[in-house]
Order: sequence, then structure tokens, then C-alpha cells
Amino acid sequence: MTAPSPNAANADILVVDDVVVRFETQEGPVTAVDHVSFGVRQGEFLSVIGPSGCGKSTLFNVIGGLIGHTSGVVSVGGETIDSPHKSIGMVFQEESTFPWRSVTDNVAFPLELIGMPKAQRIERARHFIALVGLDGFENRYPNELSGGMRQRVSLARTLASEPKILLMDEPFAALDEQTRLLLGDKVLQIQQQLKQTTLLITHNITEAVQMSDRILVMTYRPGKVKRIVDIDLPRPRTSEIVGSEAFGRYVAQIWADLREEASRGMRDEEEHTLHHTGGAS
Amino acid sequence: MTMATATPPRRVRLSGALPALTGLGTLVAFFVILEILIRSGGLNRFIVPPPSEIIASFPRIIVEEQVLSRFVMTLTECLTAGVMLTVFGVAGGVLMHRFKLLQQACETWVAALASAPVVLCYPLFLVIYGRNAWTIIMMGFVSALPPVILKTLEGISGTRKVLVNVGRSFNLTPTQQFWKILFPAALPTIFVGIRLGLIFALINVVGVEFLINFGGLGQLINELAERYDLAGTYAAICFVVLVSVMFFMVLEKAERWLTRAE
Ligand SMILES: Nc1ncnc2c1ncn2[C@@H]1O[C@H](COP(=O)(O)OP(=O)(O)OP(=O)(O)O)[C@@H](O)[C@H]1O
Ligand SMILES: [Mg+2]
Repeated sequence: MTAPSPNAANADILVVDDVVVRFETQEGPVTAVDHVSFGVRQGEFLSVIGPSGCGKSTLFNVIGGLIGHTSGVVSVGGETIDSPHKSIGMVFQEESTFPWRSVTDNVAFPLELIGMPKAQRIERARHFIALVGLDGFENRYPNELSGGMRQRVSLARTLASEPKILLMDEPFAALDEQTRLLLGDKVLQIQQQLKQTTLLITHNITEAVQMSDRILVMTYRPGKVKRIVDIDLPRPRTSEIVGSEAFGRYVAQIWADLREEASRGMRDEEEHTLHHTGGAS
Repeated sequence: MTMATATPPRRVRLSGALPALTGLGTLVAFFVILEILIRSGGLNRFIVPPPSEIIASFPRIIVEEQVLSRFVMTLTECLTAGVMLTVFGVAGGVLMHRFKLLQQACETWVAALASAPVVLCYPLFLVIYGRNAWTIIMMGFVSALPPVILKTLEGISGTRKVLVNVGRSFNLTPTQQFWKILFPAALPTIFVGIRLGLIFALINVVGVEFLINFGGLGQLINELAERYDLAGTYAAICFVVLVSVMFFMVLEKAERWLTRAE
């Protein structure tokens, strides 16, 4: 990665500026995202990493335009986002395939929306199905697939819409390590080929380092930006890079950051529980 | 590979035939025991006629009582009520989902209506429509409407949040959101509602036929019972069961076609 030039901000296709998200709950307001600012450059692969419950999915939903934010601005190519933006494609953390559609029809869904003729969209869909390694399963229904396979169907569906910006919330969480690495390779290949701007939310450090140009580490409650790490590893990267020494250094560095946050999170939760059981008795 | 793909359907078919055969077997066994009990004097044959007599009375009620045309009549009434039920029930549920005010205003009393003995209103319908098939159809329709509305509403509101979000992320218009996501997601639940509705409709159609002594199988049962032709009464009841069996077969076909079609 080249060092950011003074006017790097102008090249940012996606800008998150001082965003705060606060939820009103029965126990009072919860700040899920606290004054988060960062930009994603055109063609960049940026990962957001943080402990569970730090506000990653909340941030994902805000950027996707699915939920509102309390303050701050999110913009894509200069356009402020307050509803889902055409150029953003989302892959959700939860199981999100349509159970009433076959694999092919699931993947062809965005193509159907733009009115592509049937024969053509089936062919396109097959291409993306093969890309995520599901050839042979075209006519199956989601209830006949494993959790990891369904997640790949969702990924293929979003890829088929060829979004300018790909937004993914822990898309590989349900996969085993080998599939995760291989699929990671695929996504990376596609991303590099299309120079697709990608924002990946994850809590897997290896995955983040393997794929990203930069990694944004979030703190636990409230979710702030703790650090943004540039990953200066040569491309093209494959899963083989995982063994290298430079790779190990990055992992160690981010792990140190995360451990601090994760243990703070655990402590917080324990105190919370203690406090509550104490109050109840 | 071919072996592997060929095996599962066969196993499915076998396990599908076995319960059916067992079910039939239990039924036959039940009738045999009943027959023995009655013949041995364990059961009063003037309360329960022996199954053999019921079977023997089939030709009689078919020839003399026009049971077949009555059967068609009851079936037609039920089907008409069923179609109206599906159209208005689903539409009602959709409207209630669409207009939250309507839902808040009506949901409670629709639920109350679902458990109320609406059939007691039959004199009202008799006054409105006269002593004809429409009274019967409307009675079946009205009394079976609430479960269809409620299940449709439940199905649509119960669509998983993430599926709705997928639709939103693809920038679906509200119409697309409904037809491409909410409706297909709700379809299985809607079918549960329709199935419930049809049961209600059948009960009420036959019941009202019986009550107002008009039309199909209900009237026949009424007449035969009054003539104290017990074997004939039970034979006619068998035809009512046949109506419901045919209903559910049609419904199952429709469901499979709708949920598997593209
Ligand atoms: N709709 C909501 N109402 C109230 N609180 C919420 C809501 N959504 C999220 N939160 C809270 O915001 C915080 C962040 O949640 P979020 O789902 O963004 O975490 P996450 O980082 O994605 O976690 P994970 O890695 O486990 O998916 C959590 O403490 C959660 O309880
Ligand atoms: Mg999350």
C-alpha cells in the first residue's frame, strides 16, 4: 500500500465520519458505535475486527443504510446514506438464503430484479455458484445444504449483483478452517480482479490479515476505533502466506490489541452479571 | 453415484406406504372388532349399526338417496367457501399487515371471532340469502375466515428480519418486497391457515345443511337420522369424510406446486 497522500480523503469512496449509534433499551441507552470515523479507498480491502458485541454488525447495518444512526455522516461517493445505496452489496451474518428458492434461483435473484432474461441469468448464476464451489448443487434447496454452504449461496447472490462496494458481516464464520481459507482466496481473487472495494467484518485475525489492505481494530463497548493497521504484504496473496514471518508479526500485533479489548469485555460482562445477581438477592 | 441418488426416493416411498398400510390396517381391525362386539351383543345394534350393514347400505343410499349428487353439492359448497376464504382471508391478513392501525383495531376481535360459535348466526344468513346454497356457503365462509386472516398475518409478520433486510439491501420496491419476500416466506403459514379454515368451513357447511334441512350430505344425514336409518346415516357420514379427504388432497397438491415452483 502506498502511504496516504494529503488528499487521500478525496479518493475515499466510502466515508464514515464521526458516527454514533445509540440504542434505547430498558436498562437505559447503550452506545454501540461511538464516534467512529474512517474512509475506504476505491478498490481497497478493509477489514473491521473487534470482540463480540463491540458494534460491528451495528456499523455494518448503518453503512448498508438499514438502520439510522444517532449522529455523524456516512457517504458513498459523496452521497449521504440514509437508506440502502445502489452501489453497496451486503452479505449478512445470519443465515439469509431464501428457503423457497433453489440455489440457482437464490443466486439469480438480483439478476431477476434487473430484468435479465431467464436463460442468461441462469448462466450468470451458475458462474457465481461455481465460484463459491457449489457446482452440482444448483437445483438443491437451502434446507438440503449445510450452514456453510448456505452462507456461500448468500455470498454468491450478493456477488451476482456485482456491487461497487461489497459489505460482508462475518461471512465465513460458519465455515471450517480449510473452506474458510479456500473461499477467502476466491473472494480475494474476485476482489483483485474487479478491484472491488470491500469492507469485511470479522473476528478472525488470520482472515483479516490474509485479505486486507488495512485493518480497523475496534474497542469493546463503546465501539470506538482503537487502531488502523496497514498490512504491507505483497499481492497476490494466497492462503500460503499464512505461514510467513511478516504475517505472524501482524497477527501478533492485532492479537495483542484484541486481547486487551476482549478481556476488558469479559471483565465487563462478569461485573455486569455479578452486579445483577447481587442486586436481585 | 447413481446408486446413492436412487436409494433415498425408494426409502422415502417405502416409509410413505408403510404408515398408510398400517393406518388402513388399524381401521379395518377397528371395524372387525366393532362387528364382533355388536354381533356378540356387547354393543347395542340400535345405537351403533354393524359395519357390514353400513357397507350394505351404500348401494341403497347411492341409488335411492342420490348421495352422489348430494356429495357433489356439498363439495361444491365447500370449494366455493374455500376459494372465497382463501381470497378474502389472505387479502384481509395482508391488509392488516399493511395498515398497522387496522391490525391494532381488529386483531383482537378477529381472534375472538375465531373461537366464537359463529354458526349460531345461521338464522341471520337465512334471512339475508333465503333457504338456499348461499346461506350455507356464506356460513361456512364467515365462520372459517378468522383463522385464515390470523395465520396470514402471523406468517407475514413472522418473516425473518434478515430476509426483509436482504430485500432492502437490494433496493426492492414495497411491491417487490411483498411478492418476492414477505409472501413466499409466509406461504407455509398461510397454508396452515387455509387448512384450518377448510376444516371450519366443512364442519359449518355440513352443519348448516343439517340445521336448515337443505342441500347436500348434511340434509341427507338429517333425513336418514329422522327415519332412524342408522346404517344409512353412517354411510352418508362416510361421504362427508370423503369430501374432507378430497379437499386435503387438492390442498396438498396446491401447496407442493406453489412452494416448489420457481
Ligand atoms: N436493536 C438493538 N437494540 C438494543 N441494543 C442493541 C441493538 N442492536 C445491537 N445492540 C447492542 O449493541 C451492541 C453491539 O451489537 P452488534 O450486533 O453490533 O455486535 P457485533 O460486534 O456484531 O457482535 P458479534 O461479533 O457477536 O456479531 C451489543 O451490545 C448489543 O447488545
Ligand atoms: Mg455481528
